[in-house]
Amino acid sequence: MGKQAIVVHESDNVATSLRDLKKGEEVLLEIGDTENKVVLLNDIPFAHKFALKNIDLGENVIKYGEVIGKASKPIKMGEHVHVHNIESTRGRGDLEVDKR
Amino acid sequence: MKVMGYVRPDGKVGFRNHLLVIPSSVCASEVAMRIASHVEGAIALPNQHGCCQVGADMDLTINTLIGLGKNPNVAAVLVVGLGCEGVPTSKVAEEISKTGKKAEYIIIQHCGGTLRAEEEGARIVRSLAQEVAKLEKEEVDISQITLAIECGGSDTTSGLASNPVAGYVSDKLIDHGGTSMFSETTELIGAEHTLVKRAATKEIGEKILEIVKNCELKAEKMGVDMRGGQPTPGNIEGGISTIEEKSLGCIYKGGTKPIEGVLNYGEAPAGKGLYIMDTPGQDIESITGMTAGGANVVIFTTGRGTPTGSPIVPVIKITGNPETFKHMQDNIDINVGTVVEGKETIQQTGERVFNEMIEVVNGKLTKAEALKHREFGMYKLTSTF
Repeated sequence: MGKQAIVVHESDNVATSLRDLKKGEEVLLEIGDTENKVVLLNDIPFAHKFALKNIDLGENVIKYGEVIGKASKPIKMGEHVHVHNIESTRGRGDLEVDKR
Repeated sequence: MKVMGYVRPDGKVGFRNHLLVIPSSVCASEVAMRIASHVEGAIALPNQHGCCQVGADMDLTINTLIGLGKNPNVAAVLVVGLGCEGVPTSKVAEEISKTGKKAEYIIIQHCGGTLRAEEEGARIVRSLAQEVAKLEKEEVDISQITLAIECGGSDTTSGLASNPVAGYVSDKLIDHGGTSMFSETTELIGAEHTLVKRAATKEIGEKILEIVKNCELKAEKMGVDMRGGQPTPGNIEGGISTIEEKSLGCIYKGGTKPIEGVLNYGEAPAGKGLYIMDTPGQDIESITGMTAGGANVVIFTTGRGTPTGSPIVPVIKITGNPETFKHMQDNIDINVGTVVEGKETIQQTGERVFNEMIEVVNGKLTKAEALKHREFGMYKLTSTF
């Protein structure tokens, strides 16, 4: 059985599951040289993301060591991170409409 | 390292020996398909383009059709025009024939309708088929490979496994003197700053920023949030949340080599090494663009799974999602999901995919070829007038 989840870059604040994970499950993660433990607040489907720490509203979400979007709601450590709580900062014609 | 290929009169090397029937317009597509159906090995490229287009949009269609005919995997061509379309049928054939390969044309209105055009066309293509079959492969250097790397139906495993594996293959090919290109400008949005650092010159870096900006402006002008179109609903179900996340995963397929140039849609690279082509993120249009630019083999990474092939270029499909491989083994050539399962490294799987690419250029059929998957679609800049 391989790892439960992967953290791609040590500056990331999200991890990606490598199999279907259950709410309440303890996930062990290698981040650089350290091993961290996160308790999941939701079921996390294979290849989906969860938070490694609390992320404030509007804070950058980091994966691959790069910004993949902003939190559109406060996110708790262990929570599922996806379209319901992060939004893109790019390709946002809808925001251009709001400005008009 | 040596591989077996068809050396064309212009010195370019193909790894397939296709006989194409290219309709100059939507109006000639049905007749082109009927002509191809009469002759062993002939393939038609039915499309919706070629008539009532203007300016740069018309030029794009003309140049793409010429580029497809010039592709070294193509041995000979018949261009079929209706007679009143904007695409100059005789010019398309003439440009293709500059490579030294046989390129003939017929005009349906001159022939006198469907049945006469079908008869005349089939007779020409039959004759070309007999000649093309005589061509033999010879030993060529591996640097004759021009690899196109495409990703489609992505999920999060694409960024973790299949794209880094494709990037490994691209790097290795370039180390052997070959050429590689990747595309899909939409899927550079949010990752362009990392690519700029790899641009061979400052101008190339500026061009990367320019194509990404122009692409993003299209979404802004439409007044929409791109999410739902890009990433697609399937990407989102597969765990990709934003276009930035998709892009950062996508660009791994371009490996780590310096970027030697930014190509327009369908443009051929001027030298060896790694190139970016400015195409939409839509897989079929993207592959067509790189094929018109001279790619002679494609590695296609997928997370969700897709049946896509090409009428001209062998498409090797790999997935980083082990479940997708199990579900869609008829379509996916190689499972690289072993990376996310921790059973293999990117280098180990990269070697497997590289070896498969060598087998395929030497003649092994990809699953898409064996199942006659010949998806075809061209990019268009604006609406038809």
